[in-house]
Amino acid sequence: MKYLKIVYFTGIFVYLYVPIAIVVANAFNIDRYGLSWEGFTVQWFGMMINNAGLMEATRHSLVIAVLAASAATFIGALAAIGFSRYRFPGKRVFQGTLMTLMMAPDIILAIAFLVLFVMIGISLGFWSLLLAHITFCLPFTMVTVQARLNGMDPYLLDAARDLGASGFQILAKIIFPLLKPALFSSWLLSFTLSLDDVIVSSFVTGPAYDVLPLKIFSLVKVGVNPEVNALATLMIVLSLVIVLISQLLIKEGENK
Amino acid sequence: MKNWSKSQTAIVALVGSWLIIFGIIPIVLLVITSFLGQHPIDFFTPTFSFESYRELFNRAYVDVLLRSMKFAAVTTLLCLLLGYPFAWLTGRLPGKYRNLVLILLMVPFWTNSLIRTYAIRMVLGKKGFINLFLLHTGIIDAPIRLLYTDWAVVVGLFYLMLPFMILPLYANIEKLDYRLVEAARDLGANFFYCFKRVVLPLTLPGIYAGCIMVFVPTMGLFYVADLLGGARQLLIGNLIKQHFLNAHNWPLGSAESVVLILIMAVMLAFYGFIVQRLSGKGGGV
Repeated sequence: MKYLKIVYFTGIFVYLYVPIAIVVANAFNIDRYGLSWEGFTVQWFGMMINNAGLMEATRHSLVIAVLAASAATFIGALAAIGFSRYRFPGKRVFQGTLMTLMMAPDIILAIAFLVLFVMIGISLGFWSLLLAHITFCLPFTMVTVQARLNGMDPYLLDAARDLGASGFQILAKIIFPLLKPALFSSWLLSFTLSLDDVIVSSFVTGPAYDVLPLKIFSLVKVGVNPEVNALATLMIVLSLVIVLISQLLIKEGENK
Repeated sequence: MKNWSKSQTAIVALVGSWLIIFGIIPIVLLVITSFLGQHPIDFFTPTFSFESYRELFNRAYVDVLLRSMKFAAVTTLLCLLLGYPFAWLTGRLPGKYRNLVLILLMVPFWTNSLIRTYAIRMVLGKKGFINLFLLHTGIIDAPIRLLYTDWAVVVGLFYLMLPFMILPLYANIEKLDYRLVEAARDLGANFFYCFKRVVLPLTLPGIYAGCIMVFVPTMGLFYVADLLGGARQLLIGNLIKQHFLNAHNWPLGSAESVVLILIMAVMLAFYGFIVQRLSGKGGGV
């Protein structure tokens, strides 16, 4: 039974990691089609950097990811505070909307955003991408921050108010410092969601603003592409770093 | 409510208007679009029409819908069969290893899914890893066709969706009171009886949540079908993309996505029913 367990775990992880490992190995392989190991090289990384189109798409995607993560964390945190502390009309409708945004398949959101942007006359490109990315990250940041808020000692806020702190002071001096780890992990989660997105980006960007998923798609549609291997390797390392940082954040949160 | 400060008003106004403009209105517009007349250049005409819904009953579209659901069902089943033991065993691991296993699960999950689909191509391709390996060891003489088959698509969908099954299951299993399982075993229930009567009912919400998380989104993953399945319209996602981006037939594309929304709604309603019945019985523990 114990061996069966080990075999099973190993099997799943082999399935999850072998494809990624092959991409990473081929990023350093002299043979551009990865048919056999011809020796170690970093030339594909150089080629990737010199591919202006690919680099521009990467820059665009990173800019969108950073801005969307920041805005989604900000609005999501405000939403979490608003939902857990205030009572206002339509609250349940808004909570339902957030849950719908979270559960809805990407393809639904993608075309809903497309229809909205075209109808209200936002041209497809930077702004449409940014607004769409903020919106699909929002429920995740809200939930992350809310989980932290619920674990917070409510007497802290009462004490601050009794001692004469204003609403703004409570927000800036008490809620914000306590929420910091949650805000940071929300940011990382949104950044990842934004970089990972293929479906929404495919629909709401225009020819003037090329982003990674579209660029990668056009490069790999015909076959193996060593520059994509190099870029993929960097992205895998990035997600490894992000997962490790968020694990540290969780640990820090638990210790407090 | 009393004591409404300016900052409170600002927060509610910002969040509320964002959710109305980018959450509610787009979905409403989508549903409205599905009832508009079709127009090949202007995307749609501002007239009320059932045209798109009637067209959905065409043999060709029904075929894609059914095929899409078949792919999603096979993927969901695979994810459940292979993900359930994973979630269960992970939940039973000592804390240190548990974190390690979860981190190892998250790293691919947090890597761009298009890149992961591309990675699957490198494994399954004509000159991919499996073929090279089999040729090298002499098991086969000529490369076998693995890519551009229905199974290649399932392999890719399973690869992308597995964590979406495992995480809700794990969240459910982690909260489960293991003493109930021990009690059942002490009272003489064998492994299968204990699973059927204790573990399965208690983890049903997790199973169902996982299935919803996998089943509906799977039907939208057009790029997996494009990259691994060749040129055919395999999933509803491909059809929607085709109608929106190539054919400029927005009403038809919207009607197809309304079908997806309805499937989702039915599944969620059923989920609510299961959770309610379970808690009604006091089985939530």
